[in-house]
Amino acid sequence: MGPAGTGRVRNREIQMLKITELVKRYGSGDPVLKNLNLTIEGESVVSIIGSSGAGKSTLLRCINRLVEPSSGSIVLNGTELTKLRGRELRAARRKIGMVFQGFNLVDRLTVMENVQSGRLGYISTWAAVMRRYPKEDIRRAYELMERVGIAHYADKRADELSGGERQRVGVVRALMQKPEILLADEPTASLDPKTSEQIMGLLRDLAGELKLPVLINIHNVAEAKEYTDRIVGMRYGRIIFDDLPEKLDQDAMDKIYSGSPAADRAGTPGEMREAS
Amino acid sequence: MSTARDTWHRPPFIANPILRWAVYLGVGVYVLWTIATLPIDWARVAEGLERAQRIFGGAFPPSFARSGLLIDGFLESLKIAILATFGGVLLSIPIAFMAARNISPLPIYYLGRALIIIARSFHPVIVAIIFVKAVGFGPFAGVLTLVVYSIGFVAKMLAERIEEIDFGQVEAMRAAGAPYLSTLFYAIFPQIMPRQIGLTIYQLDSNLRASAVVGIVGAGGIGSTLANAFGRYDYDFALAITMVIVGVILVSEAVSGQIRKRI
Repeated sequence: MGPAGTGRVRNREIQMLKITELVKRYGSGDPVLKNLNLTIEGESVVSIIGSSGAGKSTLLRCINRLVEPSSGSIVLNGTELTKLRGRELRAARRKIGMVFQGFNLVDRLTVMENVQSGRLGYISTWAAVMRRYPKEDIRRAYELMERVGIAHYADKRADELSGGERQRVGVVRALMQKPEILLADEPTASLDPKTSEQIMGLLRDLAGELKLPVLINIHNVAEAKEYTDRIVGMRYGRIIFDDLPEKLDQDAMDKIYSGSPAADRAGTPGEMREAS
Repeated sequence: MSTARDTWHRPPFIANPILRWAVYLGVGVYVLWTIATLPIDWARVAEGLERAQRIFGGAFPPSFARSGLLIDGFLESLKIAILATFGGVLLSIPIAFMAARNISPLPIYYLGRALIIIARSFHPVIVAIIFVKAVGFGPFAGVLTLVVYSIGFVAKMLAERIEEIDFGQVEAMRAAGAPYLSTLFYAIFPQIMPRQIGLTIYQLDSNLRASAVVGIVGAGGIGSTLANAFGRYDYDFALAITMVIVGVILVSEAVSGQIRKRI
Protein backbone atom coordinates (compact mmCIF):
# COMPACT_ATOMS: atom_id res chain seq x y z
CA MET A 1 0.00 0.00 0.00
CA GLY A 2 1.26 3.46 -0.91
CA PRO A 3 1.13 6.46 1.40
CA ALA A 4 -2.28 7.49 0.06
CA GLY A 5 -3.73 4.17 1.21
CA THR A 6 -2.27 4.50 4.68
CA GLY A 7 -3.63 8.01 4.92
CA ARG A 8 -7.13 6.86 4.16
CA VAL A 9 -6.91 4.06 6.73
CA ARG A 10 -5.75 6.51 9.37
CA ASN A 11 -8.61 8.87 8.51
CA ARG A 12 -11.12 6.10 8.99
CA GLU A 13 -9.57 5.14 12.30
CA ILE A 14 -9.58 8.54 13.91
CA GLN A 15 -12.88 10.25 13.19
CA MET A 16 -12.93 13.89 14.05
CA LEU A 17 -15.49 16.61 14.14
CA LYS A 18 -14.19 20.08 14.84
CA ILE A 19 -16.54 23.00 15.36
CA THR A 20 -14.96 26.45 15.59
CA GLU A 21 -16.55 29.78 16.51
CA LEU A 22 -19.98 28.60 15.35
CA VAL A 23 -22.68 31.28 15.38
CA LYS A 24 -26.33 30.77 14.48
CA ARG A 25 -28.73 33.67 14.50
CA TYR A 26 -32.38 33.42 13.49
CA GLY A 27 -33.51 36.74 12.01
CA SER A 28 -32.07 39.76 13.73
CA GLY A 29 -32.45 38.51 17.29
CA ASP A 30 -29.90 37.35 19.82
CA PRO A 31 -27.86 34.45 18.45
CA VAL A 32 -28.95 30.95 19.42
CA LEU A 33 -25.37 29.72 19.20
CA LYS A 34 -22.67 32.12 20.40
CA ASN A 35 -19.13 31.45 19.15
CA LEU A 36 -19.34 27.82 20.04
CA ASN A 37 -16.28 25.57 19.96
CA LEU A 38 -16.44 21.80 20.23
CA THR A 39 -14.18 18.97 19.13
CA ILE A 40 -15.16 15.34 19.07
CA GLU A 41 -12.47 12.78 18.44
CA GLY A 42 -12.51 9.05 18.04
CA GLU A 43 -15.43 6.77 18.64
CA SER A 44 -16.73 8.39 21.81
CA VAL A 45 -20.37 8.80 22.73
CA VAL A 46 -20.96 12.42 23.66
CA SER A 47 -24.16 13.75 25.14
CA ILE A 48 -25.29 17.36 25.02
CA ILE A 49 -27.52 18.46 27.87
CA GLY A 50 -29.20 21.77 28.61
CA SER A 51 -32.64 23.22 29.09
CA SER A 52 -35.01 23.79 26.18
CA GLY A 53 -33.86 26.67 24.03
CA ALA A 54 -30.21 26.25 24.98
CA GLY A 55 -29.38 25.58 21.31
CA LYS A 56 -28.75 21.83 21.45
CA SER A 57 -30.99 21.01 18.53
CA THR A 58 -29.72 23.95 16.48
CA LEU A 59 -26.15 22.82 17.06
CA LEU A 60 -26.89 19.30 15.80
CA ARG A 61 -28.80 20.60 12.80
CA CYS A 62 -25.98 22.97 11.89
CA ILE A 63 -23.67 19.99 11.56
CA ASN A 64 -25.71 18.36 8.77
CA ARG A 65 -26.93 21.76 7.54
CA LEU A 66 -30.62 21.18 8.12
CA VAL A 67 -30.05 24.58 9.72
CA GLU A 68 -27.73 27.08 8.01
CA PRO A 69 -24.97 28.31 10.34
CA SER A 70 -24.55 32.11 10.33
CA SER A 71 -20.77 31.94 10.68
CA GLY A 72 -17.99 29.74 11.94
CA SER A 73 -16.58 26.46 10.76
CA ILE A 74 -17.52 22.79 11.05
CA VAL A 75 -14.96 20.30 9.79
CA LEU A 76 -15.71 16.59 9.60
CA ASN A 77 -12.73 14.38 8.77
CA GLY A 78 -11.07 17.11 6.75
CA THR A 79 -14.18 18.41 4.96
CA GLU A 80 -15.40 21.92 5.72
CA LEU A 81 -19.17 21.48 5.87
CA THR A 82 -20.37 25.07 6.14
CA LYS A 83 -19.49 26.09 2.56
CA LEU A 84 -20.91 23.07 0.72
CA ARG A 85 -23.73 23.38 -1.78
CA GLY A 86 -25.85 21.08 -3.95
CA ARG A 87 -24.25 17.78 -4.87
CA GLU A 88 -21.29 18.28 -2.51
CA LEU A 89 -23.60 19.01 0.39
CA ARG A 90 -25.63 15.88 -0.31
CA ALA A 91 -22.44 13.82 -0.51
CA ALA A 92 -21.36 15.20 2.88
CA ARG A 93 -24.79 14.54 4.41
CA ARG A 94 -24.56 10.88 3.43
CA LYS A 95 -21.64 10.61 5.83
CA ILE A 96 -23.67 12.05 8.72
CA GLY A 97 -26.38 9.81 10.11
CA MET A 98 -29.22 11.36 12.06
CA VAL A 99 -31.74 9.91 14.47
CA PHE A 100 -34.77 12.06 15.29
CA GLN A 101 -36.96 12.59 18.32
CA GLY A 102 -40.17 11.95 16.38
CA PHE A 103 -38.51 9.07 14.44
CA ASN A 104 -39.48 10.75 11.14
CA LEU A 105 -40.25 7.46 9.45
CA VAL A 106 -42.43 7.40 6.36
CA ASP A 107 -45.51 5.87 7.94
CA ARG A 108 -47.06 4.45 4.81
CA LEU A 109 -43.92 2.69 3.59
CA THR A 110 -42.63 -0.67 4.81
CA VAL A 111 -39.82 -1.00 7.30
CA MET A 112 -37.48 -2.15 4.52
CA GLU A 113 -38.32 0.88 2.38
CA ASN A 114 -37.72 3.14 5.37
CA VAL A 115 -34.40 1.49 6.06
CA GLN A 116 -33.38 1.74 2.40
CA SER A 117 -34.25 5.42 2.38
CA GLY A 118 -30.95 5.85 4.22
CA ARG A 119 -29.32 4.87 0.92
CA LEU A 120 -31.22 7.40 -1.22
CA GLY A 121 -28.10 9.53 -1.47
CA TYR A 122 -26.23 6.63 -3.06
CA ILE A 123 -28.74 5.23 -5.57
CA SER A 124 -30.48 6.84 -8.55
CA THR A 125 -34.01 8.23 -8.21
CA TRP A 126 -35.18 5.70 -10.78
CA ALA A 127 -33.79 2.74 -8.81
CA ALA A 128 -35.34 4.22 -5.65
CA VAL A 129 -38.78 4.63 -7.25
CA MET A 130 -38.69 1.13 -8.75
CA ARG A 131 -37.45 -0.27 -5.41
CA ARG A 132 -34.46 -1.82 -7.18
CA TYR A 133 -32.11 -1.75 -4.23
CA PRO A 134 -28.57 -3.13 -4.69
CA LYS A 135 -28.12 -6.66 -3.29
CA GLU A 136 -25.39 -5.43 -1.02
CA ASP A 137 -27.72 -2.82 0.52
CA ILE A 138 -30.42 -5.39 1.12
CA ARG A 139 -27.92 -7.70 2.80
CA ARG A 140 -26.65 -4.89 4.98
CA ALA A 141 -30.22 -3.88 5.86
CA TYR A 142 -31.06 -7.40 7.02
CA GLU A 143 -27.84 -7.60 9.02
CA LEU A 144 -28.48 -4.33 10.81
CA MET A 145 -32.17 -5.09 11.38
CA GLU A 146 -31.14 -8.47 12.78
CA ARG A 147 -28.66 -6.70 15.05
CA VAL A 148 -31.31 -4.38 16.54
CA GLY A 149 -34.03 -7.04 16.54
CA ILE A 150 -36.48 -5.80 13.89
CA ALA A 151 -35.67 -8.09 10.93
CA HIS A 152 -39.01 -9.89 11.23
CA TYR A 153 -40.78 -6.54 10.65
CA ALA A 154 -39.17 -5.91 7.24
CA ASP A 155 -42.48 -6.14 5.34
CA LYS A 156 -44.63 -4.35 7.93
CA ARG A 157 -45.73 -0.78 7.46
CA ALA A 158 -43.77 1.60 9.67
CA ASP A 159 -46.89 2.91 11.41
CA GLU A 160 -47.73 -0.58 12.69
CA LEU A 161 -44.68 -0.59 14.97
CA SER A 162 -44.36 0.54 18.59
CA GLY A 163 -42.30 3.59 19.54
CA GLY A 164 -39.21 1.63 20.51
CA GLU A 165 -39.36 -0.44 17.35
CA ARG A 166 -39.83 2.68 15.27
CA GLN A 167 -36.76 4.27 16.75
CA ARG A 168 -34.80 1.10 15.97
CA VAL A 169 -35.87 1.54 12.35
CA GLY A 170 -34.68 5.14 12.61
CA VAL A 171 -31.30 4.00 13.91
CA VAL A 172 -30.90 1.37 11.19
CA ARG A 173 -31.86 3.92 8.53
CA ALA A 174 -29.11 6.23 9.78
CA LEU A 175 -26.56 3.41 9.90
CA MET A 176 -27.44 2.37 6.33
CA GLN A 177 -25.73 5.58 5.23
CA LYS A 178 -22.41 4.13 6.46
CA PRO A 179 -21.99 7.35 8.38
CA GLU A 180 -18.76 8.73 9.76
CA ILE A 181 -20.66 10.27 12.65
CA LEU A 182 -24.09 9.70 14.11
CA LEU A 183 -26.23 12.57 15.40
CA ALA A 184 -29.18 11.82 17.65
CA ASP A 185 -31.62 14.64 18.41
CA GLU A 186 -33.36 13.62 21.63
CA PRO A 187 -33.76 10.05 20.39
CA THR A 188 -35.54 8.88 23.52
CA ALA A 189 -37.77 11.85 24.35
CA SER A 190 -40.85 10.21 22.77
CA LEU A 191 -40.28 6.85 24.46
CA ASP A 192 -41.21 5.35 27.81
CA PRO A 193 -38.40 5.03 30.40
CA LYS A 194 -37.66 1.36 29.79
CA THR A 195 -37.60 1.61 25.99
CA SER A 196 -35.58 4.78 26.34
CA GLU A 197 -32.86 2.92 28.26
CA GLN A 198 -32.83 0.20 25.60
CA ILE A 199 -32.32 2.70 22.80
CA MET A 200 -29.55 4.49 24.70
CA GLY A 201 -27.85 1.16 25.36
CA LEU A 202 -28.18 0.27 21.69
CA LEU A 203 -26.65 3.57 20.56
CA ARG A 204 -23.72 3.08 22.96
CA ASP A 205 -23.12 -0.51 21.83
CA LEU A 206 -23.38 0.32 18.13
CA ALA A 207 -20.94 3.18 18.55
CA GLY A 208 -18.42 0.68 19.91
CA GLU A 209 -19.14 -2.00 17.32
CA LEU A 210 -19.01 0.33 14.32
CA LYS A 211 -16.29 2.60 15.75
CA LEU A 212 -18.54 5.56 15.26
CA PRO A 213 -18.61 8.82 17.17
CA VAL A 214 -22.13 9.56 18.38
CA LEU A 215 -23.46 12.94 19.42
CA ILE A 216 -26.70 12.78 21.42
CA ASN A 217 -28.95 15.61 22.54
CA ILE A 218 -30.72 14.48 25.64
CA HIS A 219 -32.94 15.79 28.40
CA ASN A 220 -32.51 12.84 30.74
CA VAL A 221 -29.35 13.58 32.72
CA ALA A 222 -29.31 10.17 34.42
CA GLU A 223 -29.23 8.45 31.04
CA ALA A 224 -26.57 10.85 29.80
CA LYS A 225 -24.41 9.92 32.78
CA GLU A 226 -24.96 6.21 32.40
CA TYR A 227 -24.64 5.74 28.66
CA THR A 228 -22.18 8.33 27.42
CA ASP A 229 -18.45 8.91 27.74
CA ARG A 230 -18.53 12.67 27.84
CA ILE A 231 -21.11 15.30 28.73
CA VAL A 232 -21.37 18.73 27.16
CA GLY A 233 -23.59 21.19 29.03
CA MET A 234 -25.11 24.05 27.05
CA ARG A 235 -26.79 27.19 28.22
CA TYR A 236 -28.06 30.03 26.02
CA GLY A 237 -25.93 29.05 23.05
CA ARG A 238 -22.71 28.49 24.92
CA ILE A 239 -20.93 25.43 26.22
CA ILE A 240 -20.50 25.88 29.94
CA PHE A 241 -19.58 22.33 30.87
CA ASP A 242 -17.52 19.76 29.00
CA ASP A 243 -16.16 16.85 30.97
CA LEU A 244 -16.49 13.24 32.05
CA PRO A 245 -19.93 12.20 33.32
CA GLU A 246 -18.67 11.70 36.88
CA LYS A 247 -17.53 15.33 37.00
CA LEU A 248 -21.10 16.54 36.51
CA ASP A 249 -21.90 17.50 40.11
CA GLN A 250 -24.74 19.48 41.62
CA ASP A 251 -22.88 22.75 41.14
CA ALA A 252 -22.44 22.11 37.40
CA MET A 253 -26.07 21.01 37.11
CA ASP A 254 -27.21 24.26 38.70
CA LYS A 255 -25.18 26.25 36.24
CA ILE A 256 -26.61 24.37 33.29
CA TYR A 257 -30.23 24.29 34.35
CA SER A 258 -30.78 27.30 36.64
CA GLY A 259 -28.71 30.39 37.51
CA SER A 260 -29.47 33.88 36.33
CA PRO A 261 -30.95 33.63 32.84
CA ALA A 262 -32.04 37.26 32.53
CA ALA A 263 -28.57 38.58 33.22
CA ASP A 264 -27.05 36.12 30.79
CA ARG A 265 -29.52 36.87 28.05
CA ALA A 266 -28.86 40.57 28.39
CA GLY A 267 -25.22 39.78 27.84
CA THR A 268 -24.00 41.32 31.10
CA PRO A 269 -20.65 40.01 32.23
CA GLY A 270 -21.05 37.43 34.95
CA GLU A 271 -20.51 33.94 36.07
CA MET A 272 -21.82 32.42 32.84
CA ARG A 273 -19.46 34.27 30.63
CA GLU A 274 -16.49 33.25 32.75
CA ALA A 275 -17.65 29.68 32.60
CA SER A 276 -17.83 29.70 28.83
CA MET B 1 -67.29 45.62 48.19
CA SER B 2 -67.40 43.99 44.82
CA THR B 3 -70.74 43.03 43.34
CA ALA B 4 -71.27 39.52 41.99
CA ARG B 5 -71.21 39.48 38.21
CA ASP B 6 -73.96 37.31 36.79
CA THR B 7 -74.52 38.62 33.28
CA TRP B 8 -72.33 38.13 30.25
CA HIS B 9 -72.75 39.04 26.61
CA ARG B 10 -70.74 37.73 23.73
CA PRO B 11 -68.49 40.53 22.43
CA PRO B 12 -70.10 41.90 19.22
CA PHE B 13 -68.45 41.07 15.88
CA ILE B 14 -67.72 44.76 15.26
CA ALA B 15 -66.65 46.37 18.51
CA ASN B 16 -67.34 50.00 17.58
CA PRO B 17 -71.14 50.54 17.97
CA ILE B 18 -71.29 53.45 15.49
CA LEU B 19 -69.50 51.46 12.80
CA ARG B 20 -71.59 48.40 13.60
CA TRP B 21 -74.94 50.16 13.14
CA ALA B 22 -73.66 52.00 10.09
CA VAL B 23 -72.78 48.67 8.45
CA TYR B 24 -76.19 47.15 9.27
CA LEU B 25 -78.02 50.25 8.00
CA GLY B 26 -75.88 50.41 4.85
CA VAL B 27 -76.58 46.78 3.94
CA GLY B 28 -80.34 47.24 4.50
CA VAL B 29 -80.54 50.40 2.41
CA TYR B 30 -78.56 48.81 -0.43
CA VAL B 31 -80.86 45.78 -0.60
CA LEU B 32 -83.97 48.02 -0.72
CA TRP B 33 -82.39 50.23 -3.37
CA THR B 34 -81.51 47.15 -5.49
CA ILE B 35 -85.07 45.86 -5.39
CA ALA B 36 -86.43 49.31 -6.25
CA THR B 37 -84.14 49.85 -9.24
CA LEU B 38 -84.00 46.39 -10.87
CA PRO B 39 -86.44 46.23 -13.79
CA ILE B 40 -88.77 43.39 -12.85
CA ASP B 41 -91.41 43.23 -15.54
CA TRP B 42 -94.36 41.24 -14.22
CA ALA B 43 -95.95 41.05 -17.64
CA ARG B 44 -92.98 39.15 -18.96
CA VAL B 45 -93.05 36.81 -15.96
CA ALA B 46 -96.66 35.96 -16.87
CA GLU B 47 -95.72 35.39 -20.50
CA GLY B 48 -92.85 33.15 -19.37
CA LEU B 49 -95.19 31.07 -17.27
CA GLU B 50 -97.32 30.50 -20.30
CA ARG B 51 -94.32 29.46 -22.38
CA ALA B 52 -93.10 27.15 -19.61
CA GLN B 53 -96.50 25.51 -19.66
CA ARG B 54 -96.16 24.91 -23.38
CA ILE B 55 -92.67 23.39 -22.94
CA PHE B 56 -93.74 21.11 -20.13
CA GLY B 57 -96.86 20.17 -22.06
CA GLY B 58 -94.71 19.14 -25.01
CA ALA B 59 -92.26 17.31 -22.75
CA PHE B 60 -94.74 14.80 -21.38
CA PRO B 61 -94.50 11.95 -21.80
CA PRO B 62 -90.68 11.81 -22.20
CA SER B 63 -89.64 10.11 -25.43
CA PHE B 64 -86.96 7.45 -25.48
CA ALA B 65 -87.54 6.80 -29.17
CA ARG B 66 -84.06 7.98 -30.11
CA SER B 67 -82.24 6.17 -27.30
CA GLY B 68 -79.32 5.37 -29.65
CA LEU B 69 -78.50 9.08 -29.83
CA LEU B 70 -78.90 9.31 -26.07
CA ILE B 71 -76.48 6.45 -25.40
CA ASP B 72 -73.92 7.77 -27.89
CA GLY B 73 -74.06 11.16 -26.19
CA PHE B 74 -73.48 9.62 -22.81
CA LEU B 75 -70.61 7.44 -23.96
CA GLU B 76 -68.99 10.54 -25.42
CA SER B 77 -69.50 12.41 -22.14
CA LEU B 78 -67.94 9.53 -20.24
CA LYS B 79 -64.93 9.51 -22.58
CA ILE B 80 -64.56 13.28 -22.19
CA ALA B 81 -64.73 12.96 -18.41
CA ILE B 82 -62.20 10.12 -18.19
CA LEU B 83 -59.72 11.69 -20.57
CA ALA B 84 -60.03 15.09 -18.89
CA THR B 85 -59.60 13.59 -15.44
CA PHE B 86 -56.52 11.67 -16.52
CA GLY B 87 -54.91 14.69 -18.18
CA GLY B 88 -56.04 17.13 -15.50
CA VAL B 89 -54.74 15.07 -12.60
CA LEU B 90 -51.45 14.39 -14.37
CA LEU B 91 -50.92 18.13 -14.83
CA SER B 92 -52.24 18.90 -11.36
CA ILE B 93 -49.50 16.97 -9.57
CA PRO B 94 -46.52 19.07 -10.71
CA ILE B 95 -48.58 22.27 -10.37
CA ALA B 96 -49.56 21.28 -6.82
CA PHE B 97 -45.90 20.76 -5.93
CA MET B 98 -45.08 24.16 -7.40
CA ALA B 99 -47.89 25.76 -5.41
CA ALA B 100 -46.99 24.27 -2.03
CA ARG B 101 -45.31 26.91 0.09
CA ASN B 102 -43.34 24.48 2.23
CA ILE B 103 -41.39 22.84 -0.58
CA SER B 104 -41.21 25.44 -3.37
CA PRO B 105 -38.94 28.44 -3.72
CA LEU B 106 -40.94 31.68 -3.73
CA PRO B 107 -40.96 32.46 -7.51
CA ILE B 108 -42.04 28.90 -8.38
CA TYR B 109 -44.69 29.08 -5.67
CA TYR B 110 -46.16 32.25 -7.15
CA LEU B 111 -46.15 30.70 -10.63
CA GLY B 112 -47.95 27.60 -9.33
CA ARG B 113 -50.51 29.69 -7.45
CA ALA B 114 -51.06 31.87 -10.52
CA LEU B 115 -51.76 28.82 -12.69
CA ILE B 116 -54.31 27.57 -10.16
CA ILE B 117 -55.98 30.96 -9.84
CA ILE B 118 -56.27 31.30 -13.63
CA ALA B 119 -57.72 27.77 -13.91
CA ARG B 120 -60.21 28.56 -11.14
CA SER B 121 -61.24 32.05 -12.07
CA PHE B 122 -63.46 31.15 -15.03
CA HIS B 123 -66.51 28.96 -14.92
CA PRO B 124 -66.18 25.88 -17.16
CA VAL B 125 -68.85 27.27 -19.48
CA ILE B 126 -66.74 30.35 -20.22
CA VAL B 127 -63.64 28.22 -20.71
CA ALA B 128 -65.66 25.94 -23.01
CA ILE B 129 -66.80 28.88 -25.15
CA ILE B 130 -63.16 29.90 -25.59
CA PHE B 131 -62.02 26.38 -26.48
CA VAL B 132 -64.92 25.85 -28.88
CA LYS B 133 -63.81 29.03 -30.65
CA ALA B 134 -60.21 27.84 -30.62
CA VAL B 135 -60.47 24.19 -31.67
CA GLY B 136 -64.01 23.98 -33.03
CA PHE B 137 -67.15 22.19 -31.93
CA GLY B 138 -66.91 18.70 -30.48
CA PRO B 139 -65.55 16.61 -27.65
CA PHE B 140 -61.94 17.82 -27.96
CA ALA B 141 -63.00 21.27 -26.77
CA GLY B 142 -64.82 19.55 -23.90
CA VAL B 143 -61.73 17.62 -22.87
CA LEU B 144 -59.56 20.75 -22.86
CA THR B 145 -62.17 22.63 -20.83
CA LEU B 146 -62.41 19.95 -18.20
CA VAL B 147 -58.64 19.59 -17.99
CA VAL B 148 -58.51 23.25 -16.97
CA TYR B 149 -61.42 22.72 -14.58
CA SER B 150 -59.67 19.69 -13.02
CA ILE B 151 -56.44 21.61 -12.49
CA GLY B 152 -58.31 24.37 -10.70
CA PHE B 153 -59.69 21.98 -8.15
CA VAL B 154 -57.25 19.06 -7.87
CA ALA B 155 -54.05 21.13 -7.90
CA LYS B 156 -55.45 23.50 -5.28
CA MET B 157 -56.58 20.76 -2.91
CA LEU B 158 -53.41 18.75 -3.43
CA ALA B 159 -51.20 21.79 -2.80
CA GLU B 160 -53.02 22.32 0.48
CA ARG B 161 -52.44 18.68 1.40
CA ILE B 162 -48.74 19.00 0.60
CA GLU B 163 -48.57 22.03 2.87
CA GLU B 164 -49.94 19.90 5.71
CA ILE B 165 -47.45 17.04 5.44
CA ASP B 166 -45.25 15.97 8.32
CA PHE B 167 -42.07 17.75 7.30
CA GLY B 168 -39.95 15.57 9.56
CA GLN B 169 -40.02 12.84 6.93
CA VAL B 170 -38.67 15.26 4.33
CA GLU B 171 -35.99 16.34 6.78
CA ALA B 172 -34.97 12.72 7.33
CA MET B 173 -34.44 12.22 3.58
CA ARG B 174 -32.50 15.46 3.30
CA ALA B 175 -30.34 14.46 6.24
CA ALA B 176 -29.52 11.23 4.39
CA GLY B 177 -28.30 13.24 1.39
CA ALA B 178 -31.18 12.20 -0.85
CA PRO B 179 -31.54 14.11 -4.14
CA TYR B 180 -34.62 16.31 -4.62
CA LEU B 181 -36.74 13.91 -6.68
CA SER B 182 -35.97 10.93 -4.45
CA THR B 183 -37.09 13.03 -1.49
CA LEU B 184 -40.38 13.80 -3.27
CA PHE B 185 -41.00 10.14 -4.04
CA TYR B 186 -40.11 8.81 -0.61
CA ALA B 187 -41.15 11.49 1.84
CA ILE B 188 -44.03 13.33 0.14
CA PHE B 189 -45.85 10.99 -2.26
CA PRO B 190 -46.65 8.36 0.35
CA GLN B 191 -48.16 11.06 2.56
CA ILE B 192 -50.39 12.58 -0.11
CA MET B 193 -51.33 9.36 -1.92
CA PRO B 194 -54.68 8.69 -0.17
CA ARG B 195 -55.83 12.27 -0.79
CA GLN B 196 -54.62 12.06 -4.37
CA ILE B 197 -56.73 8.97 -5.08
CA GLY B 198 -59.79 10.45 -3.35
CA LEU B 199 -59.48 13.69 -5.33
CA THR B 200 -59.13 11.83 -8.62
CA ILE B 201 -62.32 9.86 -8.05
CA TYR B 202 -64.19 12.96 -6.93
CA GLN B 203 -62.94 14.84 -9.99
CA LEU B 204 -64.04 12.07 -12.35
CA ASP B 205 -67.53 12.32 -10.89
CA SER B 206 -67.42 16.11 -11.07
CA ASN B 207 -66.13 16.08 -14.67
CA LEU B 208 -68.97 13.82 -15.74
CA ARG B 209 -71.46 16.34 -14.35
CA ALA B 210 -69.62 19.31 -15.87
CA SER B 211 -69.30 17.57 -19.26
CA ALA B 212 -73.10 17.75 -19.57
CA VAL B 213 -73.01 21.50 -18.95
CA VAL B 214 -70.14 22.38 -21.29
CA GLY B 215 -71.75 20.29 -24.03
CA ILE B 216 -74.51 22.88 -24.21
CA VAL B 217 -72.10 25.47 -25.62
CA GLY B 218 -70.87 22.99 -28.20
CA ALA B 219 -68.12 21.06 -26.43
CA GLY B 220 -69.52 17.63 -27.24
CA GLY B 221 -71.11 14.89 -25.16
CA ILE B 222 -74.64 14.57 -23.83
CA GLY B 223 -74.87 18.34 -23.34
CA SER B 224 -74.67 18.82 -27.10
CA THR B 225 -77.41 16.23 -27.60
CA LEU B 226 -79.55 18.09 -25.09
CA ALA B 227 -78.91 21.47 -26.71
CA ASN B 228 -79.84 20.05 -30.12
CA ALA B 229 -83.05 18.56 -28.76
CA PHE B 230 -84.04 21.95 -27.34
CA GLY B 231 -83.10 23.69 -30.55
CA ARG B 232 -85.46 21.45 -32.52
CA TYR B 233 -88.29 21.82 -29.99
CA ASP B 234 -88.08 18.08 -29.18
CA TYR B 235 -89.09 18.74 -25.59
CA ASP B 236 -90.06 15.12 -24.95
CA PHE B 237 -86.60 13.93 -25.98
CA ALA B 238 -85.00 16.73 -23.94
CA LEU B 239 -86.89 15.59 -20.85
CA ALA B 240 -85.73 12.02 -21.42
CA ILE B 241 -82.12 13.22 -21.63
CA THR B 242 -82.50 15.34 -18.50
CA MET B 243 -83.93 12.41 -16.55
CA VAL B 244 -81.10 10.13 -17.62
CA ILE B 245 -78.51 12.81 -16.72
CA VAL B 246 -79.96 13.06 -13.22
CA GLY B 247 -79.96 9.27 -12.89
CA VAL B 248 -76.39 8.83 -14.10
CA ILE B 249 -75.11 11.58 -11.83
CA LEU B 250 -76.84 10.04 -8.83
CA VAL B 251 -75.26 6.69 -9.60
CA SER B 252 -71.79 8.13 -10.22
CA GLU B 253 -71.97 10.15 -7.02
CA ALA B 254 -72.95 7.09 -5.02
CA VAL B 255 -70.16 5.01 -6.56
CA SER B 256 -67.48 7.65 -6.04
CA GLY B 257 -68.68 8.24 -2.47
CA GLN B 258 -68.42 4.54 -1.71
CA ILE B 259 -64.94 4.25 -3.18
CA ARG B 260 -63.68 7.33 -1.34
CA LYS B 261 -65.08 6.01 1.92
CA ARG B 262 -63.05 2.83 1.55
CA ILE B 263 -59.66 4.36 0.85
